[in-house]
Amino acid sequence: MIPELGHGAVIVGGLLAFYGAIAAAIAGRTGRTALLESAQHAALGVFGLVTFSMLLLVYAFLTFDFSVRYVALNTNLQTPYYYRITALWGALEGSIVLWAWMLALYTLIVILRHRHNARELYSWVLTTMLGVVAFFLLVMAVPAPPFERLSPIPANGRGLNPLLEDSGMITHPVALYLGFTGFTVPFAFAIAALATGRVGDRWITLTRRWTIVAWYFLSLGLLIGGWWSYHVLGWGGYWAWDPVENAAFMPWLTGTAFLHSVMIQERRRMLKLWNIGLVILTFALTLFGTFLTRSGVIASVHAFTQGSIGIFFLSFLSLVVLASLALLAWRWEALGAEGELDSVVSRESAFLLNNVLLVAATFTVFFGTVFPLLSEAVRGVKVSVGMPFFNSVNIPVFLSLIFLMGVGPLIAWRRASRDNLRRNFFWPVVAGVVSAAIFYAAGVRSTLAVLSLALTVFVTATVAVDYVRATRARLRMGESLLPAMGGLLVRHNRRYGGFAIHLGILVIAVGVTGSQAWSLHREATLKKGEAVELAGYKFQFDGLAAREASNHFVVESTFTVTNGKAHAEAMRPAKKFYPQEQSPIAHVDYRLGFMEDLYLVLGDFERDGSQATVKMQVNRMVSWIWIGGLVLTLGTVLAILPDRKKLA
Amino acid sequence: MKGLPLKPKFVAGIAVLAMALAYMIYAGVTQSAVYFVTPSELQASPRTGKAYRLGGMVEKGSVSWKAASLDLTFTLTDGQAKVPVRHHGTAPDLFGEGRGAVVEGRWTSEGYFQATQILAKHSEEYKAPHDANSAGYKELMKSLRGEQK
Repeated sequence: MIPELGHGAVIVGGLLAFYGAIAAAIAGRTGRTALLESAQHAALGVFGLVTFSMLLLVYAFLTFDFSVRYVALNTNLQTPYYYRITALWGALEGSIVLWAWMLALYTLIVILRHRHNARELYSWVLTTMLGVVAFFLLVMAVPAPPFERLSPIPANGRGLNPLLEDSGMITHPVALYLGFTGFTVPFAFAIAALATGRVGDRWITLTRRWTIVAWYFLSLGLLIGGWWSYHVLGWGGYWAWDPVENAAFMPWLTGTAFLHSVMIQERRRMLKLWNIGLVILTFALTLFGTFLTRSGVIASVHAFTQGSIGIFFLSFLSLVVLASLALLAWRWEALGAEGELDSVVSRESAFLLNNVLLVAATFTVFFGTVFPLLSEAVRGVKVSVGMPFFNSVNIPVFLSLIFLMGVGPLIAWRRASRDNLRRNFFWPVVAGVVSAAIFYAAGVRSTLAVLSLALTVFVTATVAVDYVRATRARLRMGESLLPAMGGLLVRHNRRYGGFAIHLGILVIAVGVTGSQAWSLHREATLKKGEAVELAGYKFQFDGLAAREASNHFVVESTFTVTNGKAHAEAMRPAKKFYPQEQSPIAHVDYRLGFMEDLYLVLGDFERDGSQATVKMQVNRMVSWIWIGGLVLTLGTVLAILPDRKKLA
Repeated sequence: MKGLPLKPKFVAGIAVLAMALAYMIYAGVTQSAVYFVTPSELQASPRTGKAYRLGGMVEKGSVSWKAASLDLTFTLTDGQAKVPVRHHGTAPDLFGEGRGAVVEGRWTSEGYFQATQILAKHSEEYKAPHDANSAGYKELMKSLRGEQK
């Protein structure tokens, strides 16, 4: 009964969302307030119904209702209760439920925040949001029904994929989907701007915080995904340019471009067409990513459920792109620029270059991801391009972007004078060059690593120059040091939030550089009591032990790790045997450190414990990536604080 | 360009960037292209030095693992042709006889495939949950535990 109730709620919710979208559109054309209010009520109803069906699914999980196919596939009687809740987004159908729920929630927040301050755009925003919600409810009703019954009812479920039984997997999808769905809001405002012909700055001002929030969650989702890959999968890496990762990375790149290009429109009234195009592209890429990963057109190591859902996403994606293009063509005249680019050496130009590079990176990732399809269609041979392709093309692009990260925020608008350049960049350039020499002298021989680290120093110095100068200005006005420094952050929260986010990205860049340049690994088979060395550490194999855990069986090895000075440490990489899986799953043991992580993966072993094969890794500076994520978080919070200047 | 009022120098700059990118993509593709082949396709026209991604089933009884030297050898088959594969290092967890595997590497002039990476695949078909009483699982648990107690 309960599953039928849930399915019914989905269908009614979908119809209601569709009705609301139409009602809001008619209200937008005719200005009939009664219809607009009716659409708002519909949105509220949709949120209630989606919430209701999501709770019913959670209830089915908690009560082990194995008559529901999705529950039977993703839990069993041994699954602990918290993984039974998060199993909701453990596979396709439930992910769509969560996605639709977030969209409905965002729609509600848009109504609460913008029904008075965005009157002229509002009804079309509502139309777009509810239209997208209706599509996701259609997906839930037809190709990916979460409440589908299973017959006969199994006595026990299959259980969650053991690789997903991890805290990273609890949070990673949530953050990622909050990011994906978040971009629907700026997209809806862009569509509303086109529909009403009000393509000025208003829609951008209104969606600035929305965009930052969506961008932040997407960043967080990518980082947590990397963390999960790093500490669960046992290959010691955090990014593999896998199609699934690329699918999430592409909207991140265009979203980043959008965050920057809107500043030119706000300041110089240029790039109106570009901005609307970018936000449409970003939204389209979130749909494309889902199509790519769920349709099975591209082989990926991520094992995802596949089905007819691909054709639904492809159709909706086509609809979105065609409708957007038609709207753009219709408003072509209004999208002209009011300002003009003057000089190559200017902030506009730096931002423009930043956008060109980010879009170039997006294109590269797109091209590399769909290359197997292209080559099969054109030449009839299946060819893929791997990590070397993505790295060789993107590294120069990303290094250029880091350079621009230093230039953009400080260089003058319109035309930078020689004096402006000297004042802002003399010391940062000196710092960059000197640091390059120091890194070289310290033994760093990789050109890329030297370049990357020196650029990081350069950008950090530009931030320091700006902050010190602004603090001095306040000191001259009679403020004392600490209030001056703190006041700057609060008063110019948007600027310094942006700087903090930049610093976060730099810390991540250092982590990526260091881990790529200096990580070491070694694999060896050790007899009991035997030891090998790697990077100054001695790893000694002490034996195996077996034990039973709640829903699996563990074979644990013990290694004593010493590095000469510090006392010995025991590390216990293991293999887990789940009854529902054909193969064991490696359980990595790792010790995180600021400069290096120790990372052990148990390979093959003799059952009598006499010998074991182990992969040892000393991964350098990987922690900087996670620390960068924290800095990014602080920067985002600072950037979205309410504007103090307006409050005062 | 509409909405992007650019002087010729900007257009030229962007054109140069676009060309540089096109070149990098071209060079990247030629250097890192990996060809997907089946054992039959590889046997039909094996070329040494070219990067391949070879997919097939791991033939039953073909896996040999020398722990001391970390040498793994096995045969990949698609039912028609067989390709001997060598790899240095442990296989991933999902690797096993009678299951699908994809190996990346090169064909050598000595007549075997030198794999640099093994990508084991999740089995495609839905598998009913292991019966915890099934002989294989029980035996495995017993032998694992037996050594302890």
